[in-house]
Amino acid sequence: MQFTRDQLLDAYCRMARIRAFEDRVNIEFSNGNVPGFVHLYAGQEASGVGICLGLGDDDWIGSTHRGHGHCIAKGCDVKGMMVEIFGKEGGLCRGKGGSMHIADLSKGMLGANAIVGGNPPLVIGAALTAKTLKTGKLAVSFTGDGGANQGTMFEAMNLAVVLKLPAIFVLENNGYGEGTGVSYHCGAKDLASRAAAFGMPASTVDGTDFFSVAEAMREAAERARGGGGPTAIETTCPRYYGHFVGDPQLYRSKSEIKAARENDPIGKFRAKVVAAALLGAAQLDSIDREVAEEVEDAVAAASGAKWPSPAELERDVYVQY
Amino acid sequence: MQKKSYRQAVNEALRQEMRRDPRVVLIGEDVAGGHGGSGEIDAYGGVLGVTKGLIGEFGADRVIDTPITESGFIGMAAGAAATGLRPVVELMFVDFLGVCFDQIFNQAAKFRYMFGGHARTPLVVRAMAGAGLRAAAQHSQMLDSIFTHIPGLKVVMPSNAYDAKGLLIQAIRDDDPVIFLEHKTLYDTETDVPDDAYTIPFGEANIVCDGDDATIVAFSAMVPRCKAVADKLAGEGISVEVIDPRTTSPLDEASILESVERTGRLIVVNEDNPRCSMASDIAALVAEKGFYSLRAPVKSVTAPHTPVPFSPALEDLYVPSIARIEAAVRAALSDPARIAAQ
Repeated sequence: MQFTRDQLLDAYCRMARIRAFEDRVNIEFSNGNVPGFVHLYAGQEASGVGICLGLGDDDWIGSTHRGHGHCIAKGCDVKGMMVEIFGKEGGLCRGKGGSMHIADLSKGMLGANAIVGGNPPLVIGAALTAKTLKTGKLAVSFTGDGGANQGTMFEAMNLAVVLKLPAIFVLENNGYGEGTGVSYHCGAKDLASRAAAFGMPASTVDGTDFFSVAEAMREAAERARGGGGPTAIETTCPRYYGHFVGDPQLYRSKSEIKAARENDPIGKFRAKVVAAALLGAAQLDSIDREVAEEVEDAVAAASGAKWPSPAELERDVYVQY
Repeated sequence: MQKKSYRQAVNEALRQEMRRDPRVVLIGEDVAGGHGGSGEIDAYGGVLGVTKGLIGEFGADRVIDTPITESGFIGMAAGAAATGLRPVVELMFVDFLGVCFDQIFNQAAKFRYMFGGHARTPLVVRAMAGAGLRAAAQHSQMLDSIFTHIPGLKVVMPSNAYDAKGLLIQAIRDDDPVIFLEHKTLYDTETDVPDDAYTIPFGEANIVCDGDDATIVAFSAMVPRCKAVADKLAGEGISVEVIDPRTTSPLDEASILESVERTGRLIVVNEDNPRCSMASDIAALVAEKGFYSLRAPVKSVTAPHTPVPFSPALEDLYVPSIARIEAAVRAALSDPARIAAQ
């Protein structure tokens, strides 16, 4: 699969932005600035960006509780996201959603979902809209290995096959459903084979390798847009942080986490493109500085923003009541 | 204008809205029927024939039969609504809400609020509700109170064919998620129904008949029973006002309170189980906002705190009967506690 220089820069930028954002949210949460629960995506960047890089604003994605990475991969505004996560006025969802329900419909991001397995039926709905209105768009459902055991996942897969919907099921296997390992909680040898059993093409790729993910996505997107129905892509990509911030990860050995960090998807991407002289190290360093500044600005904006006004409490329950 | 059944009225509402707006699609199990079989397509047109004929006019792209997979297709309808379609999805029996409730109450109902007002979810979930067909415990419930309780949902329960058509057209044009409960025993009932499309606003009660001595608030299949009681009591010189709120969310509180202010006596008739029901909701409303209007305690006539029994003899005891409703009205009119307190 061929990429232009701009596409490679874009890919690196999105991955670096996710990493910078998540590392900073970890700090801000630990400092008591982030209410509620957050679930960080660091380590999984190549999966989200490999899938989303080629998508337009009017293609749809649905995410999980671990939604910041997908949100950024889909092009959502980092400042708006940070303000939202802080629960402040001016956030992407006006402070009404927070980390677990972060969304931007104008960017085709149908929302993080606090219900494990919540998004697959919704995403095939977006796919149904695309098919019915003949827009040529597609819809991607992100689910983890934990969510891949929910009935909603299986129902959505079968329905997508039966109705031949332009949907792509991305099963991000980070090895753990909360604190329970996939070798315990999944009876089959992998997640992709279960999707294949529903009648769709399915593959497993290394989710820490941007290029493998992007290639699998290219094929799935072509199938979807061409009316060929759904595809499932299982991406194996360990997460660096705990299930939630504050989780001491006692269920993982320190050596396992260390090994995951040494197999850094962003580091591997950098090494590959620099070695192939596709991009220069200086260019990438410059991007690192830019995204660090973006995140810094986002935190400043979030810290300085006000709490939503009391009037916001009863707003937008309905369009009109 | 001509006499049409409730079933025809619903069919007509769907047909006319589907003609008017290409984004309106029907989704559900056997809304046509016959796919994958060796017989006819449109074999059912809905299990009680409500959607018959629609696939013939609009095709399989707009009348979409699904496998038996409620979480999947109710959620699909919710996602489609949030992304540009206007789906009317059928939950065949409201009792099946257990297998798909998350998609309704945590997803569709909450998008707009959670996403800061940036989502619009014009979803209609039609469902058959109610007892009387001996369909027993898992096919006979009302469950209106459960939906009414959820912020973000609107809940509609038409009691007659005329209301059914107008309210369903309103529901389809409404930009919020609407739960539309069709009582199974009302499908063959008839009223005059205009041929043209028309809407009935939500949150606007129908005063079925005027009266000054007592107020009955009733829903769905209970409305005609209450009307029958009112007619009978009129013959004795007792005038009973029967109010059909038509929608439980939003609820026309003003009409109820205004009526009780005049009559001083309230009887609520609801086929649902009594705990946390519309009966208790309206009794509480009046106790809170109309206390000084009351001349007798509120009477409620509901199903018992039981599942729906199978045997016809028992089911007929479960559903509020005309006799029970009449007894409650008479009791409200001659409440001894009031007399003793004087």
